[in-house]
Amino acid sequence: MINLLLFPIIIPFFTAILLLFFKEQVRIQRVLTVIGLSAGIAAALSLVYKVKQDGIQSITLGSWPAPFGITLVSDMLSALLVTTTLIITLIIVIYSFSSIGRERERFFYYPAILFMITGVNGAFTTGDIFNMFVFFEVLLIASYLLIVLGGEKRQLRESIKYILVNVISSAFFVITIAYLYSVVGTLNMADIGDKIASIGQPPILSVIGVLMMLVFGIKAGIFPLYFWMPGSYAAPPVPILALFGALLTKVGVYAIMRIDTLFFVSDLGFTHTILLVLALLTIAAGCIGALAYFDLKQIIIYNILIAIGVILFGVAQMNEPGMQGAIFYLLHDMLIKGALFLLIGIIIYVTGTSNLREMGGLIKTHPSLGWMYLVAAFGLAGIPPLSGFVGKLLIVQGGFEHGRLFSTIVILASSLVVLLSVIRIFVYAFWGEPKVLRPSDRSIYRRMMFPAVLLVALSVAYGVGTEWIYPYISDAAHVLLNPDSYITAVLKE
Amino acid sequence: MELLMAVTAGLLFTAAIYLILSRSLIKVVLGTGLLSHGAHLFILTMGGLGGDAPPVLADGVDSFADPLPQALILTAIVISFGVTAFILVLAYRTYAVHKTDDLSLMKGNDEHD
Repeated sequence: MINLLLFPIIIPFFTAILLLFFKEQVRIQRVLTVIGLSAGIAAALSLVYKVKQDGIQSITLGSWPAPFGITLVSDMLSALLVTTTLIITLIIVIYSFSSIGRERERFFYYPAILFMITGVNGAFTTGDIFNMFVFFEVLLIASYLLIVLGGEKRQLRESIKYILVNVISSAFFVITIAYLYSVVGTLNMADIGDKIASIGQPPILSVIGVLMMLVFGIKAGIFPLYFWMPGSYAAPPVPILALFGALLTKVGVYAIMRIDTLFFVSDLGFTHTILLVLALLTIAAGCIGALAYFDLKQIIIYNILIAIGVILFGVAQMNEPGMQGAIFYLLHDMLIKGALFLLIGIIIYVTGTSNLREMGGLIKTHPSLGWMYLVAAFGLAGIPPLSGFVGKLLIVQGGFEHGRLFSTIVILASSLVVLLSVIRIFVYAFWGEPKVLRPSDRSIYRRMMFPAVLLVALSVAYGVGTEWIYPYISDAAHVLLNPDSYITAVLKE
Repeated sequence: MELLMAVTAGLLFTAAIYLILSRSLIKVVLGTGLLSHGAHLFILTMGGLGGDAPPVLADGVDSFADPLPQALILTAIVISFGVTAFILVLAYRTYAVHKTDDLSLMKGNDEHD
């Protein structure tokens, strides 16, 4: 019994509560947020170390024995995700100092971020399906505030859609949990996995599996359910967009990974074929969108879809390289999407528009921005030795090992579309005739560059340092592929 | 009794879907409220109702209702209460800014705000 795995959840939570007392003192809010997130990162890193040394950590709140109390479980996958989440949030918060604007900072911007991180980390850590619903709601309610913060006309319109979609999907989540409870009679995820394994997978559980895929698919934005994402994500300012794009969709992806490796493993031909087809369709939809738009935000938002498709394709393989690739690509995508959003935020700040047709020649005035963007773009497309490469390589290897020749080639081809879509931004924004820029503050530009460069450097280090990170990824994939180790770790007493 | 609850939940879902598909924003918000209530009744029913026995387990008591669905419904009600309050305020703000509560008039994209 160790409380360490609670810290990444409760440190942001208590920091957020503390911040509520300093509504007008923006400077104190900033300092406290950075301190809180740094403490969270320290706790998360020691959690990763602890999990690496001692295996899966679990705690049942209130000391109720495992299937009855609420369990929090930290295996390598959730520990890594929690760490990445906190690091990205810290960098985006630093970026917000110079870009979000004082009005928004005064209206509980930092507390909302910290509450959202509480929910995200909780969803990554929880081992109880109803508790996962609660943490989803925590992060969703905080995200409702973030998406509407500022109250511009367009934000109001898009947040109505965002909230309605999420409220309906939450209702479906509750219904699905009710079905699951009536079939297996337990809410503890390890216990559910254990019970489903012992009764096989009768058709009703396949129905529940599809319902769960629907619920988490709406959050993650997989193929037929992504319709709300491009509009809603483009509405708030860039730091919030970066948070949403880097973190929120990934929570849905994590949930799909978890339930499809822990619960619905007896009828792979049914659930995982659906997952495979949806992943491919998601990639196709994302590719079409990424090429169709001339708007910076939209292009990167559709690139989120492509990445989600690639990750879920890796999950659908259910073999060692496929799963490792999915985890590797998941972490890579969080870092690189954060970095790209921050960079296009700077482009938008410098040019005053997000329309590609109205910009050009930035390489002459802002060379460092151009080169940073190019590195991030290559990283996204997976040019070795940058971070996208290894994940995709493993996913492709998993696909070939499974004998899925055609669909794996689709994955490879999607890399080219990704490269094309992000290079198009580079060509339009940085080459060509310089346009007249709106007057902008050079020192703000430099202060915005610092966190963006930090995140790009981190993603490069993630790619170059694969050798050191691989053991952790391999551990995470091992737990996903052997749910027994997860189940025994939780139900051991 | 379970049958009655199931029918009630079904009716709530029907009404909720009808309202959500309407064009008026306030009706859509009411629809989401009904949808959550349907889901709550559903979660209560799926655990088995247990007649009039209390949801308490003590030594010597062998007839009791399952307390877990009641705990779940309590949590879910609180969450949906908060979210509904938030959407109502948001709907009012949207009405004030857009000067309409007709969802079909709130269309727009990046070029046309």
